[in-house]
Amino acid sequence: MENRLISDIGGLPGGPINREEHEPTMTERRIDAMMILLRAKPRSFWASDENRRTIESLEPTTYAESAYYEKWVLAMKSLLLEKGILTETELNTKLSEVRSRESVVER
Amino acid sequence: MSTHDTGHGHDHTVFQDDIKEPQENWEFLEIAIRELLIEKNVLSAREIQDEIEAWEKKNPEKGAEIIAKAWIDNQFKQRLLADGNKAVSELGFTVETLKLVALENTDQLHHMVVCTLCSCYPRMLLGVPPLWYKSREYRSRTVKEPRAVLREFGTFIPESTEIRVVDSTADCRYLVIPKRPLNTEEMSEPELVKLITRDSMIGTAEALNQHGERPK
Repeated sequence: MENRLISDIGGLPGGPINREEHEPTMTERRIDAMMILLRAKPRSFWASDENRRTIESLEPTTYAESAYYEKWVLAMKSLLLEKGILTETELNTKLSEVRSRESVVER
Repeated sequence: MSTHDTGHGHDHTVFQDDIKEPQENWEFLEIAIRELLIEKNVLSAREIQDEIEAWEKKNPEKGAEIIAKAWIDNQFKQRLLADGNKAVSELGFTVETLKLVALENTDQLHHMVVCTLCSCYPRMLLGVPPLWYKSREYRSRTVKEPRAVLREFGTFIPESTEIRVVDSTADCRYLVIPKRPLNTEEMSEPELVKLITRDSMIGTAEALNQHGERPK
C-alpha cells in the first residue's frame, strides 16, 4: 500500500463522475461564508493552508464518508478550538442546547 | 426556536429557516458554531449574510467577460497569458494572495483544470465550484485518463491535440481560455460572453459554437 495522505487521490482509479448540478443549501452557504470571514482580513485567524491541514487530518473514514461542507465545518471547529476562539465546553453546551431546541421543532 | 419577528436589524431574524430542518450532526454543529461566534461578537449575523450575498454575485460570467475580451483583443490576451493577476485587474477584478494563470487552448493543445488534493478553484472569477469538480472521481481520474473524463462530459478533442491537465494549489489558480469558435468574427462582446461557459473555462468543455450550441 502506498503511503499517501487521505487527500492525495490524484491518479487513483474511480467510477463515473456524477455531473449533476447542486444548488448549495443555506447550511452550506453559511459554512462557506463563515470560513471566508474567519480567514480573511481583518480577522486572519488562520491561513488557507491551515484549513487544508485540518481537513487532511480528519480520520480517514470521516474524510471518506463526509459531505464536502461537512469536512469544512469539522475543520472550522478544530481551528476555532485550536486558536482558542471557542472552547470545547462552550461548544458542547451550545450543541446540546441546539439539539434539544431543534427536536422540539420536529415534534 | 424559529420565531420570526418582523423587526429589521435584529441579528436572529436575518436568516431564513432552511427548507429542511437540520438532521445531520454537522448541520447542528454549523448552528452551534454560528450562534457562539455571534454571541461572542466574533462575527455578526449581518456580516455572514452579506458574505453569502457577495458570494452569490460571483458567477462564471465574470470569467466569461475576461475571455471575451481576450478573444477580441489580442494584446489583452497576451497580457493575460503573461500575468493573469495584472491583466484581470485592468477589468476591475482583483485576485488577491493567489497567482492567477491563464492557459490558452488551441488546435494543438487543450488544457483542463483539476485540484487533486482538494477543491482549489478560481472562485472570484467563476463562482462556487460545481460539485463534480470536488468529487473524488474527478479529482482522482482526471490526471490519469483525461480523455475518458472529457468523453463523460460529452467533449471530444481530436487525438492530434495534446491534452494537458493542470493541478491547482492553494496558491495558484488556473483559468482556461477556450478556443474562439469559428464564424464569430461579427459577434459583439456581450454575444461572445454567452458562448463562454463555466465548463469551457475549466477545460471540461469547449466554448459553444456561433449558434450557442455545444460543438459535436
